[in-house]
Amino acid sequence: MNKIYRRIHQVSGNVISVFAKGVTYGELAVVSSRRGKSLAEVIRIENGLVHLQVFAGTIDISTHDKVKFTGKEMRIAFSDNLLGRIFNGSGAPLDHGPVLHDDLIEIKTPTVNPAKRFVPNKMIRTGIPMIDLFNTLVVSQKLPIFSVAGEPYNQLLARIAMQADADVIILGTMGLKHDDYLFFKHEIENGGAMTRSVFFVHTAADPMVECLMVPDISLAVAERFALAGKTVLVLLTDMTNFADAMKETAITMERVPSNRGYPGDLYSQLASRYEKAVDFEGAGSVTILAVTTMPGDDVTHPVPDNTGYITEGQLYLHGGRIDPFGSLSRLKQLVNKNTRQDHREVMDGLIRLFAGYRQTLEKQAMGFKLSSWDQKLLTFGDLFEKKLMALSVNLPLEQALDCGWEILAASFDRTEVGLRSDLIEAFWPNTGVSAGEEISNASSIRSASNSDNKSPLLRTSWNKPGCDVEVDAPERTTVAADE
Amino acid sequence: MVENTGLITGINGNMITVQFNGAVHQNEVGFAVLGEDRLKAEVIRVNGNDVQMQVFEETRGLAEDDIVEFSNRLLSVELGPGLLGQIYDGLQNPLPVLAESQGFFLKKGAYLKALDHERKWPFTPAISTGDRVNPGDCLGHVQEGIFDHKIMVPFDFDHGLRVETIVPAGSYTLTDRLAVAINAKGDAVNLTMSFEWPVKIPITCYKERLLPQEPMITGTRVIDTFFPVARGGTYCIPGPFGAGKTVVQQITSRYAQVDVVIVAACGERAGEVVETMREFPKLKDPKTGKSLMERTVIICNTSSMPVAAREASVYTAVTIAEYYRQMGLDVLLLADSTSRWAQAMREMSGLLEEIPGEEAFPAYLESRIARFYERAGLVLLNDGETGSVTIGGTVSPAGGNFEEPVTQSSLKVVGAFHGLSRERSDARRFPSIHPLESWSKYKSIIDSEHLGITRDILLRGDEIRQMMTVVGEEGVTPMDFVIYLKSELLDSVYLQQNSFDPVDAFCSAERQSYVFTVLVDILKNPFDFSDRDAAREFFNSLRQKLIDWNYSEWKSVAFDSLENNIRAMMNLQGKVSERPK
Repeated sequence: MNKIYRRIHQVSGNVISVFAKGVTYGELAVVSSRRGKSLAEVIRIENGLVHLQVFAGTIDISTHDKVKFTGKEMRIAFSDNLLGRIFNGSGAPLDHGPVLHDDLIEIKTPTVNPAKRFVPNKMIRTGIPMIDLFNTLVVSQKLPIFSVAGEPYNQLLARIAMQADADVIILGTMGLKHDDYLFFKHEIENGGAMTRSVFFVHTAADPMVECLMVPDISLAVAERFALAGKTVLVLLTDMTNFADAMKETAITMERVPSNRGYPGDLYSQLASRYEKAVDFEGAGSVTILAVTTMPGDDVTHPVPDNTGYITEGQLYLHGGRIDPFGSLSRLKQLVNKNTRQDHREVMDGLIRLFAGYRQTLEKQAMGFKLSSWDQKLLTFGDLFEKKLMALSVNLPLEQALDCGWEILAASFDRTEVGLRSDLIEAFWPNTGVSAGEEISNASSIRSASNSDNKSPLLRTSWNKPGCDVEVDAPERTTVAADE
Repeated sequence: MVENTGLITGINGNMITVQFNGAVHQNEVGFAVLGEDRLKAEVIRVNGNDVQMQVFEETRGLAEDDIVEFSNRLLSVELGPGLLGQIYDGLQNPLPVLAESQGFFLKKGAYLKALDHERKWPFTPAISTGDRVNPGDCLGHVQEGIFDHKIMVPFDFDHGLRVETIVPAGSYTLTDRLAVAINAKGDAVNLTMSFEWPVKIPITCYKERLLPQEPMITGTRVIDTFFPVARGGTYCIPGPFGAGKTVVQQITSRYAQVDVVIVAACGERAGEVVETMREFPKLKDPKTGKSLMERTVIICNTSSMPVAAREASVYTAVTIAEYYRQMGLDVLLLADSTSRWAQAMREMSGLLEEIPGEEAFPAYLESRIARFYERAGLVLLNDGETGSVTIGGTVSPAGGNFEEPVTQSSLKVVGAFHGLSRERSDARRFPSIHPLESWSKYKSIIDSEHLGITRDILLRGDEIRQMMTVVGEEGVTPMDFVIYLKSELLDSVYLQQNSFDPVDAFCSAERQSYVFTVLVDILKNPFDFSDRDAAREFFNSLRQKLIDWNYSEWKSVAFDSLENNIRAMMNLQGKVSERPK
């Protein structure tokens, strides 16, 4: 029944063209060449000429090779047997395990009806203050990590995977260095999470077309696990390689490029993948964390730019730290109102002051005389970077908030921080307490009885579980402008 | 019924090429037959015996020689009572109803009636036998939630129809015949509660267009005071991602002082629409006390839904807006985002292999954007009432660069520009509408003299800030330093607004004028401080008081006492005018 053709009319890039009848758009064919068999997908039909992109590439394909149409779209076996397994972009095992055949599911699944979505309200705790406090990760969120080559984005991804609470972890890699693939495997195996993980691996050495399949395959599987009630975390690295693979096909197909050679539908293509992040009512959820490397550290490059418009924020990994300015979690408002009443204000207040600190640094670099306010900002910024921003810090949210207040108290007077008075009353570290005295409960609302006491400008030691703020008296040299 | 059919000869993405025999109209709707399903498509180019059609669905599974049935009709929406409170996709399929029948996913080729044809509406006729009626004239009334919904003569019917019969007051469905009228040729036409209207054709059933002058209060200080929008006007909000476009739109959709709000979520994240969808039924409209959903229609074609339907969704939204305008209501259409709509055009243009314009957008981008915004307006209706459609569109410029085609084309045709800045959003200064780059051609609720004072301070403050980054704080005069602090104060307590605080999120026009007067007094005060630190300290504590003031309920005890506090502080520093009694 399946039609077989033995004349390839055109070979161009990874695309072959065959004159064929009755072929449906999107169906798979098997191309047999002397190098072996490969799957190919129909990507265009025009007046009887069918264009297919060949998964394994077109090297050594002969004009008289066999093309057999299957009448089926790309599918993958889905069952719990996937867990603990590693596959390539076509769904073939890479771990010497058995090939799975049963319960095939299509990898291009329809869109979730927005009316069936509901407003996400569950926070995912990661223990990283720059995420939990400032850019809270939420179940069903799609959040990219914007970074540049050389930054520890894969390490961050692996750490979040291990520390976040998820039933199933799905890792899809695109154009990953083989060493990095081994790193992930090692980390997840060592963390004892392999039995709840599935890998779809495309490394830099693999055929380009398989790279295009990885996000779809990973997300189709994730969606099924979610429908079965599981909390699924999908990790994708690196989406820029995926976009580049799309660009390659688009150029081969002579499509009009829109921006730096990328096809005009880059946004829609990326969106259709990211929008798979969902919290199913009465079932599980899919949360997506994806690495997007920015060529030339340029956030206006089409890939990070389009991604930023699609995703619900981004973590901007820069200089080995999550940058508080570039980073954003759009969903944080949905959960940070239920964490602790000071969460939002502390979050905004700290960032505002940190912005001031950055300005002061510029001033300092230019050799201007620093005012006493600048000095305070310097103290603050220094503490902030050490106690909250460093990627090595591991603090639960509540302790991170307390730490924030302590940094404020160690750096400023209570009228200077621009926070709401009622919160300052409640949370400003009690200055009547001597350094060694114990503070009963970190998250309880503090008594306002000592509110008249002025906070000493600089405290040498702030003794508190979770966060030790030690301040050295500033010994910065300041240069007057006229010197 | 279906006579005109064609055969598919090519498939490329969501564009199909179809060979046809009969007559085909440009923009006519056709259906590609895929097994049991019929996929809606629209003719976008005719070329000899071939037409190119954009399919409003995923095209996977279609094959060569599959049949396409032409409908001989343009893409239309159904207009009638029951639109309010609905959540539609770009083709006016009710999403909650689809969810009931199909579960989590949107199955392709599933189309439902936009309005409930079973439901009976109590109808009161407004005309009687023998009356002459024209298109847009009122046949009678139906109470739709909080509104008196006028049942109108379809806008494309003949003029001078003579009413032959009209039903008595009673309950009728949308399809029941309400009246029979005779046209000039002597043919009888049936009039029902609902009718269809092609989305790409503006409704022009009014006497004349009027100049929009009255402000549309949004409750956002920086908009109403500095960059106001008039009822019937247009505005655009370009901004890089993360600058807060969507929050500004959401807040506006909640608090804008209009009758009906149409939210067109066009190619944006599903999550954001869901928030609106789930929150609105719970929120109360401060004006009517009823649920906000009763005045809202959501058109939701999110980024992962088919791209051609995204192109249509904006037209669907504006057509529904025009329909309610015809009843003498003030309608606000919020389109988020027009860039996604423009990109949908770009995708189709690319598939058609048209010669690309700037950034590969089609050459007709500008005229399409202009035509869309021109559907806004304040109109004098035939019955003497006025109605308005105000359009606010967000723009998502690539790389946050306002020089790109969609922003530039929008700026040419809008009356106000609310440019969001990354610099401000990074510093968490929300709403991040840039006070120096934005503009509005409409009249503010604040008189221009006072506005001038504050604008000067913002401008000077910015200059001084820039100067200080070069010469340092010590390099500017104490007087300039105070101006800088004044501009910072104005920014933190007036331009910035906490949209998540129940009180601060909405600032009424009355409150804006009141607070602004106090602020102007502060800003006009010359001040004399011993040194910079004293100045900074004073402004810091004044800022604290003013922020608390913003958070206090209008005219509450806390509001009064904070105001007295502020005035006392000012009296120590200089004089401030007496508190109005």
